[in-house]
Amino acid sequence: MSRKGADIVIETLKKEGVEVIFGLPGGAIMEVYDALYRDGSLLHVLARHEQGAGHMAEGYAKATGKVGVAMTTSGPGATNIVTAIADAYMDSVPIVVITGQVPTHLIGNDAFQEVDIVGITRPITKHNFLVRNIEELPLMIREAFYIAKTGRPGPVLVDIPKDITQQLSDVPIPSEKEVKEALPGYKPHVEGNIQQIKKAAKLIMEAKRPVLYVGGGAVNAEAQEELIQLAEMMRIPVATTTQGKGAFPENHPLSLRMLGMHGTYYANMAVYNADLLIAVGARFDDRVTGKVDEFAPDAKIIHIDIDPASISKNITVDVPIVGDVKIVLGKLIGEIKRKGAKLRYPEDREDWIAQIEKWKKMYPLTYKNSKEVIKPQYVIEQIYEITNGDAIITAGVGQHQMWAAMYYRYSFPRQFLNSGGLGTMGFGLPSAIGAKVGRPDKEVFCIDGDGSFLMTMQEIITAVQYKIPIKVAIVNNAYLGMVRQWQELFYDRRYSEVDLSLQPDFVKLAESMGAVGFRAEKPKEVKEILAEAMKVEDKPVIMDFVVDREENVLPMVPAGKSYRDMILEDGKDADAETMYLVG
Amino acid sequence: MADTVGVEGIKAVKAPRFRELKKGETRKHIINVLVRNELGVLARIATLIAGKGYNIEGLSVGETHEKGLSRMTIEVIGDDIVIDQVVKQLRKLIDTLKVRDLTDVPHVERELVLVKVHAPTSRARDEILRIVEIFRGKVVDVSPETYTIEITGDEDKINAFIELLKPFGIKELARTGKIAMRRELFVEENLQE
Repeated sequence: MSRKGADIVIETLKKEGVEVIFGLPGGAIMEVYDALYRDGSLLHVLARHEQGAGHMAEGYAKATGKVGVAMTTSGPGATNIVTAIADAYMDSVPIVVITGQVPTHLIGNDAFQEVDIVGITRPITKHNFLVRNIEELPLMIREAFYIAKTGRPGPVLVDIPKDITQQLSDVPIPSEKEVKEALPGYKPHVEGNIQQIKKAAKLIMEAKRPVLYVGGGAVNAEAQEELIQLAEMMRIPVATTTQGKGAFPENHPLSLRMLGMHGTYYANMAVYNADLLIAVGARFDDRVTGKVDEFAPDAKIIHIDIDPASISKNITVDVPIVGDVKIVLGKLIGEIKRKGAKLRYPEDREDWIAQIEKWKKMYPLTYKNSKEVIKPQYVIEQIYEITNGDAIITAGVGQHQMWAAMYYRYSFPRQFLNSGGLGTMGFGLPSAIGAKVGRPDKEVFCIDGDGSFLMTMQEIITAVQYKIPIKVAIVNNAYLGMVRQWQELFYDRRYSEVDLSLQPDFVKLAESMGAVGFRAEKPKEVKEILAEAMKVEDKPVIMDFVVDREENVLPMVPAGKSYRDMILEDGKDADAETMYLVG
Repeated sequence: MADTVGVEGIKAVKAPRFRELKKGETRKHIINVLVRNELGVLARIATLIAGKGYNIEGLSVGETHEKGLSRMTIEVIGDDIVIDQVVKQLRKLIDTLKVRDLTDVPHVERELVLVKVHAPTSRARDEILRIVEIFRGKVVDVSPETYTIEITGDEDKINAFIELLKPFGIKELARTGKIAMRRELFVEENLQE
């Protein structure tokens, strides 16, 4: 049946099982919006800025594991979503971005609202397409979905010239099989090499001081069950990255919580002293490793990852295993079970666990609470209490993000959504909207900074329009807090351009957009306000927590330094002598 | 090496322990890439290499006998470990079918060069023709003042040829960039070419 290209777009999206599109229309994409209107069966969330639409699609994808879809017009519509695309690329988030383009005959003519978005996004997409004729349109859209969600997930952009959305064609929607056949160069390894898995099993059984280092890849692969099984069976403590949070429950006795720059003392000490590091779906980011030569200096390294290019990129590993984390862990567990008789761990391993318990007691995550001024950590703890640790948390980027990572304990995958790789301020609010659309059954809290919030706050109105009852807790220190912290620690307190004390009245701002606004200035008000906020069920709530302005995120490993240079609470230096167990 | 007839695949760069990670050897690599001839594929590959901070020293692209497939030969100077990373990332691209670093693999390489050289006197013309003959080149265009010469060969031969022509005055020079192919059979003695 002959139909317009625009109708083919909608038809293909429905075939992919898309439920919701986050977007903003404009000239070049109008035909598709018309088809969307005529079809009437897809939910469209109208963002107020395309970057917001992009982060919403990311939030939806991160919270559900499904592909998020964003749609924008050409030119500025397309460039506005570039940040979200780069963010999704860094954190391996499966999204498909559909952009309108000027008509084919005008491409390259500096037409109105023309930009070469395929060229611009080439280095920040897993793949991208410019549709050149209507016959290839449905195939390209289906390829985009297939590429976005398989292998190491990532963003894929499809740029569709306006004339193609207007033409008529009876081209059928290709089958899954046809999509795969059209991509002969794309075959992600999922199974894992069995010889390597055997080597890994042997190392795990022989190790005295093993540590699991778990990243976002374990969340993407839905490998929580296997991780818990492996950790419990072999008594291996588990540290996670910001993206890996929830892949292993943080209330589990074997959890070391987060490692790296703002990791816990005990996670970093465990990694530093480990004789075997098992990296699972993680990529040895510089925020994790610090000084590369002193990262896990005595450890042999096993690296399980779906992406061969992530292996031995920053750190050379001893046993690389390319494959789907869930499948490889399953095989690894099977292999260890087969060899079970030769296991020599128990006594050695219990010494290791006991040492870690000592570290946990020596330097737990703490802060000094106050009766006069609200401590940001206290706000997070109270959010944890009132949500019973069961909410999905999103965050912007900066100090509040790290406090949200430290003082909320995550117990299930896809629970903590934040921008890890790109570090995109403004990610929190729109991603919370996307997450709530995808998981209406869950309470969704955005823990935001005042700086981050201001970057995408226009999306409050989107949440109001669609009655999306997210809770936004602004940890308001009226600073670009993380930059200020670095200026305090490394630039002799020269606070260059970080003061945000001239700021909107966040309560009135919320109210002006039809949301509910609250403010807490005293510690005792925190609980009251959170309780009030939890009562609101049909609109977003913005809570302005006026916190201690110069609270620092600690512990901290300064950039490029070793774990031995960790700064602990109140400027205490960890005693380098007691840190190193062996050698 | 005598028994390694018909070596399969490529010799992966043996990466040292991480303490030495940044100390890989920097040298010229020849990377062979079989690609789908899709819109933007060249830009994709160039962007990836430029993104590592490396310059493409030589590049040749042409269609193969199979419809829709092109072969690229890329010369790039870089650290062994980073190039290994580049190769892995090239393999990840959707439009690449095969990627091989031929640097440490016995292979044949050729380059085609056109040189327009100043040849105003009969003495110069005689001398140039002699050199062209020795190098098995060909004169493909003649004017009263110049010869245009075509020559193929590997890098050393071509560089030597160009050096010999320089004293006459090279007016214009164009190189295709290398094309290269893995050898199927080889013995130790001729590993060099």
